[in-house]
Amino acid sequence: MHDANQESALLSVRDLSVTYRTDAGPVAALDRLSFDLHAGETLSIVGESGSGKSAASLAVMGLLPRNAVAEGSVRLGGRELLNLSDRELRAVRGRRIAMVFQDALAALNPMMTVGAQLAEAVSVHDPSVSRAALRERAVELLDVVGIPDPRTRAGQYPHELSGGMRQRVMIATGIANEPDVLIADEPTTALDVTVQAQVLDVLARVQDRTRSAILLITHDLGVVAGLADRVLVLYCGRKMEEAPVEPLFYEPAHPYTRGLLAALPRIDRSPRRLTQIAGQPPSPTERPPGCPFRNRCPHADERCAESPRPVPLGAGHTAACVRAQEIASVTP
Amino acid sequence: MTQPTVLPAPPPPVSEPSGDPRTSRVVLSRFLRHRLAVASLVVLVLLAVCCFGAAWIAPYPRNAQNLLAASQPPSGTHWLGTDSLGRDYLSEMLYAGQLSLAIGLGVALLATLVGTAAGAVAGYLGGWPDEVIMRVADLFLIVPPVAVLAVSLQGLGPSPLTIVVVLSSLGWTLIARVVRARVIQLRHQEFVEAARVIGASGPRIVVRHLLPNLTGLIVVNVSLSVATAIILESTVSFLGYGVQPPKSSWGNMLTQAAGLIGTSQSYLLYVPGLAILVTVLAVNFLGDGLRDALDPQGRQ
Amino acid sequence: MTRYALRRLLASVPVVVVASFILFWAVRATFDPLAKLRQSVDPTALHRETVRLGLDRSLPEQYLLWVKGFLRGDWGTSTRTGGAVLPMVGDALGTTLQLILWGVALAVVLALAIGLYSAARQYTAGDHLLTGLSYLGVAMPAFWFGLVLIQVLAVWPKQQFGLADPPFYFVGLHSVGHSGLDLDYLRHLVLPVATLTVGLVASWSRFGRATLLEALSSDYVRTARAKGVPRRRILLRHALRNALAPFVTVVAMDAAALVGGLVVTEQIYSIPGMGKLFLASLETGDVFVLLPWMFVVAVAVILFNLLADLSYALLDPRVALR
Repeated sequence: MHDANQESALLSVRDLSVTYRTDAGPVAALDRLSFDLHAGETLSIVGESGSGKSAASLAVMGLLPRNAVAEGSVRLGGRELLNLSDRELRAVRGRRIAMVFQDALAALNPMMTVGAQLAEAVSVHDPSVSRAALRERAVELLDVVGIPDPRTRAGQYPHELSGGMRQRVMIATGIANEPDVLIADEPTTALDVTVQAQVLDVLARVQDRTRSAILLITHDLGVVAGLADRVLVLYCGRKMEEAPVEPLFYEPAHPYTRGLLAALPRIDRSPRRLTQIAGQPPSPTERPPGCPFRNRCPHADERCAESPRPVPLGAGHTAACVRAQEIASVTP
Repeated sequence: MTQPTVLPAPPPPVSEPSGDPRTSRVVLSRFLRHRLAVASLVVLVLLAVCCFGAAWIAPYPRNAQNLLAASQPPSGTHWLGTDSLGRDYLSEMLYAGQLSLAIGLGVALLATLVGTAAGAVAGYLGGWPDEVIMRVADLFLIVPPVAVLAVSLQGLGPSPLTIVVVLSSLGWTLIARVVRARVIQLRHQEFVEAARVIGASGPRIVVRHLLPNLTGLIVVNVSLSVATAIILESTVSFLGYGVQPPKSSWGNMLTQAAGLIGTSQSYLLYVPGLAILVTVLAVNFLGDGLRDALDPQGRQ
Repeated sequence: MTRYALRRLLASVPVVVVASFILFWAVRATFDPLAKLRQSVDPTALHRETVRLGLDRSLPEQYLLWVKGFLRGDWGTSTRTGGAVLPMVGDALGTTLQLILWGVALAVVLALAIGLYSAARQYTAGDHLLTGLSYLGVAMPAFWFGLVLIQVLAVWPKQQFGLADPPFYFVGLHSVGHSGLDLDYLRHLVLPVATLTVGLVASWSRFGRATLLEALSSDYVRTARAKGVPRRRILLRHALRNALAPFVTVVAMDAAALVGGLVVTEQIYSIPGMGKLFLASLETGDVFVLLPWMFVVAVAVILFNLLADLSYALLDPRVALR
């Protein structure tokens, strides 16, 4: 199935590893991650902090810090991104792949008006656009993301907007050039719950309009349920499970996914105790060989001392667990 | 004076210090990794040994004049030559260094002591003591330091002791501000609240709980203000308001050397200047190394 | 903005009053304005002058008297030269401001260029070299650097090549018979400006490098890179723009300190500015010059500080002056 998909995939990531060089020695943030993203779909990468989900998105964008090394392959429309020159990469960033960051107050330049920052996103890729046209485009983008009175807002600075509005501006920046892929890194984490829903709604509407594929990075399975077509669960830099949204929620095959779901409050079930996953993820500098979830897994046995292979379970559903078949058959 | 209302930066996390030997080992290893700082420490120790051991090390006794051998170029008998009174320049340099280093260190210690106390009191008590102390510190911002120094030294007479006192009276404000800021930040930390809850007295909290947290800050400040003090001392002495002949410091040796510009002995200009430069440079590097080792949050 | 500036100026009045009273008291306690008359043969002269100058009254009264005169523009006469104090201080201030203008302008350009280069090429050989030089610049006593410049750039070339004049002059700002902006002025300016600039360039370039690096590692710069903005534009439009407000503040505050702080430079190069005036007055105990001198310097410092705050507010849209 992989090779057929890779041909048709818009963004194809193969064996992507990211290693940080630190004082305490090399730290593997991401370990041979592979996935495909197809045109117009939304893939969500779910994981707790330190799972490598941000490293994955930064590696795709070519924005890793200097002390990080990315290996493997990231192809966009068949073109390898990892060995592009700075100049070639700049032409891709913001135009074919764009990114929405999580803390919009920090991620927007405090010294530039919102409109100027939007105009810049357009003009760096098309210097021929006139000033007046840039201004109109900025206002139009603000309107698209549902900011009232966009003409006034375009002349304001980020600190003059509310948190939700700033996040909408981030999204507007991301879609300024109608990119093929929009990476949204925890787009709602810094926001109030009510505002979160609005921002997710904006993302969905924007996607209808631009037909961008969205890579949604989040730690919040609740966000996933509303927006994603497919889900990829990351733990300690490794892919634990990948599935379309429904099978993932109703037939999770990895004990870690089960743990995450059990920790999620749900109103469609009778009230019961929320269960936490026992223990802590192993420190990134001293990860044991084999399955990284082994020390916290209720189902672990001696086979887990070796790294598990992904087990195919159904259409687009795999789980990296030796007991995946058996676990998937039990209703959670 | 009101400051511009800049959005405040989040305060750095502060932890309760511990006298734990593991911590001191970490600090030591962090310091040793800073090669420039270690080299600077070696240079400073050598310099201090040579200057304060001048009585044993210097090739000629202090102020030994030999008018027959005046104004000689460097030779085997006088490594740096002699001055116009026939004194061996190297010996002069070493004895002058005693005073320059002692004043520098004295000022740094006194200013830090006064500044830390003032800053801790202002920060811990708040209210009117804070207001008074900080307004006084503000006054020192307005008047140029060289002017304060010259007027006070003119009034009080330039003995080394008054030089130390007057220079310290200028130097205390910087550390006072820094300590005050850190104390205000620490005052609301849990371990301080806890100490207050169990009934520890104010002075006890300051001395036992707050000051240990300021160790890094204080040590770094001492080293950096040694540098400032050495430069200031040499400047006032050069202008004629500091150390007076027949006592000599590197600053007033430069006053004499300035008169030699254009003569065959103009090289004497470089000797005390380089001594000041090397000392100040080493002290600054040492300060950087200490800051990285002791107070990683304070790094800029 | 105007209201803010006025309020700030009003708020600094007490500071100036307290500072000037302390200075008044310190100078009065240290110097005897009638020192010359005490040797006078005329026994009534001492008493006459004491009464004329109001020295028989209490210190606060004397202070008030002096402030009144000062505010009316009656700054008295110098006991050193016998000339009026007001034009004397005015001329000295003008001369010093010339030096500050050239020195600060040059230092800002150099420091920004160095800071930008070092930040853009962090940890390269060029960055290490410039950072090393800035350590030297900070550690160097200004007066020594000035003396070395005189020896190396003026006296030595003159002797070595048998020139009639040194390539750069080191006495005053104009030769006899010259004035205005001519080559002669330039040849006089080089050494003093270099002397006062070296420390400023060293510390401002280090500050600039640090603020620029902080900006370059910020989230908004990462956003700009994600948008595909070129490096050059990121450095100038994003990082520099954000680093500018704190940089300008530091420049204004340091420039303030120069008004009364060029004592050494002016002394070495015999430039008749505020610093030289101060030393000359101090040597002769000329209180009638020292007091207005301190006053002018204090006011200049306050004005520069206000300028620093105003420029911060102009440069940073997040800062509102109220």
